[in-house]
Amino acid sequence: MKAKRGDWVKIYNIVLTSEERAPQVPEDTRKVPLESWVKGFIQTDAEIGQSVEVITITGRSVEGELVEIHPAYTHNYGKFVPELLQIGLQARAILAGGEVHE
Amino acid sequence: MSKDMSYQGLMARRNEIMKQAVGIDYAIFESGSIAFDYEKMMRETGYTLEEMQKIQGATGVGNTPILELKNLTALARKMAPKGKGARIFIKDEASNPSGSFKARRAANAVYHAKKLGYKGVIAATSGNYGAAVASQAAMHGLKCIIVQECYDSRGVGQPEIIEKARKCEAYGAEVVQLTVGPELFYTFLKLLEETGYFNASLYTPFGIAGVETLGYELAMQFRERIGKDPDVVVCTNAGGGNLTGTARGLIKAGAESVSVVGASVNLQGLHMASDEQFNRKSFTTGHTGFGMPFSTWPDRSDVPRSAARPLRYMDRYVTVSQGEVFYMTEALAQLEGLERGPAGNTSLAAAFSIAQELDEEQIIVVQETEYTGAGKHIQAQLSFARENGIEIRFGNPEEEIPGTSIILPEHPRLIKARDFDMNKIRKSYIKNCLEIREIEKITEADIEFLVQETKSSYDFVKEVLKERNIE
Repeated sequence: MKAKRGDWVKIYNIVLTSEERAPQVPEDTRKVPLESWVKGFIQTDAEIGQSVEVITITGRSVEGELVEIHPAYTHNYGKFVPELLQIGLQARAILAGGEVHE
Repeated sequence: MSKDMSYQGLMARRNEIMKQAVGIDYAIFESGSIAFDYEKMMRETGYTLEEMQKIQGATGVGNTPILELKNLTALARKMAPKGKGARIFIKDEASNPSGSFKARRAANAVYHAKKLGYKGVIAATSGNYGAAVASQAAMHGLKCIIVQECYDSRGVGQPEIIEKARKCEAYGAEVVQLTVGPELFYTFLKLLEETGYFNASLYTPFGIAGVETLGYELAMQFRERIGKDPDVVVCTNAGGGNLTGTARGLIKAGAESVSVVGASVNLQGLHMASDEQFNRKSFTTGHTGFGMPFSTWPDRSDVPRSAARPLRYMDRYVTVSQGEVFYMTEALAQLEGLERGPAGNTSLAAAFSIAQELDEEQIIVVQETEYTGAGKHIQAQLSFARENGIEIRFGNPEEEIPGTSIILPEHPRLIKARDFDMNKIRKSYIKNCLEIREIEKITEADIEFLVQETKSSYDFVKEVLKERNIE
């Protein structure tokens, strides 16, 4: 995949390496770096994985590794959760039915 | 000479950067000891209620409707002893421009930034506040950067936070996404220093004062509609600003007899800075992981003195389980025809339980709702939990283990608000004051301050100090 100058892309950076992390972070978090992702308009033609410069929507210049071209939103409603169906049925049944004060 | 950009180097410049970025000199409110002049800070750096209503009204924020949840009230009465089961209402804050009450906080902060001549605003938030700041920045023509803690080290993101990034970008904001860790603050400081933008902190006096309109409106709406103040107001509690602002607004309306209850989702046992546990929770805010530390030490925030000081106003603090909140979210849609996000539903689950302790003619209010949608819908949240190995089943919510299981109540009678011991929380706050500020000697002004901070008594504070051998 090749990005053309001016394309909207996502870049990646390591902000702090494992060694540079704050003293108070828990053990499991200390094992991994602090990473960041920023989106912007790429300033040169480049391939995924190359180090590039982008100009973000606020006009900042940021350098980082090109990871995605035209980054899309992929979040959704997830897989169907059948348990949820039962809640409305039950609540309506209790409301309509003869359950009494305990 | 180039600046030291290491973690320690930047953190050492923290106060200097913050002063530039908030425009408040906090030192003038300090006493040099535990006490500081909270009310003076709120008065001199905040806005009057009238000014805030004007600022918010100009961008369509506020004046949200109150809705009576008649079917949920009827359901609660089915479980309650005879004569019990208060009327349950919600204040539909989802109808604010950015979809939550956070628009009130952001409206003031962004207005203030613009007034002071800043070119842009930055906020460190993974939640509704980011969307609110981005929305307000768009309205005022300011630039906006939102810094989010979003992914774990596998690159897996909380669906709710990913949705919030989309919403911020929809309003023209730049979103900086990070993996788990408290060094989010480091990135935040770096951006403030680089851009010279305003720190639209959640915890400034103007931000918190922005929520006062909510409490004030609420009292006025009930007087107009029902002819009296509500008996109980339940606020979902995380950083404490929601509860603090609402309670202050109620007091400004003269509704001082209203009992203010904080409610948080119980995430006990999960470490908030843990990479491995990050995606094992189904709530990104409104939970005990924020609620408890911020209640017992509010000054842990991104400003020297937080304007959110929930213990000052809290009469009671309860928890509900994740499964209970999911149940209520679905019940709200099914019985009331209102599809809303998780934030207010934490309070709603608590209110459903507390209503059963109150008399039928009494009124309990959930003071916020938020928008829902892809990523932050219960379907998405539960599906995500299941994919991350969390067991989901019907049963007794008492059996839920945060990070391991989500137990949907097998009957709504099992939904129970569980009380924290308020005195224990108050003691914990006082202990933090003494230890973090390394206090060995205490002044009368400090004692008076601690009484106010903990909504307790002189005798209570003296007793706690005595236990710690401080005179």
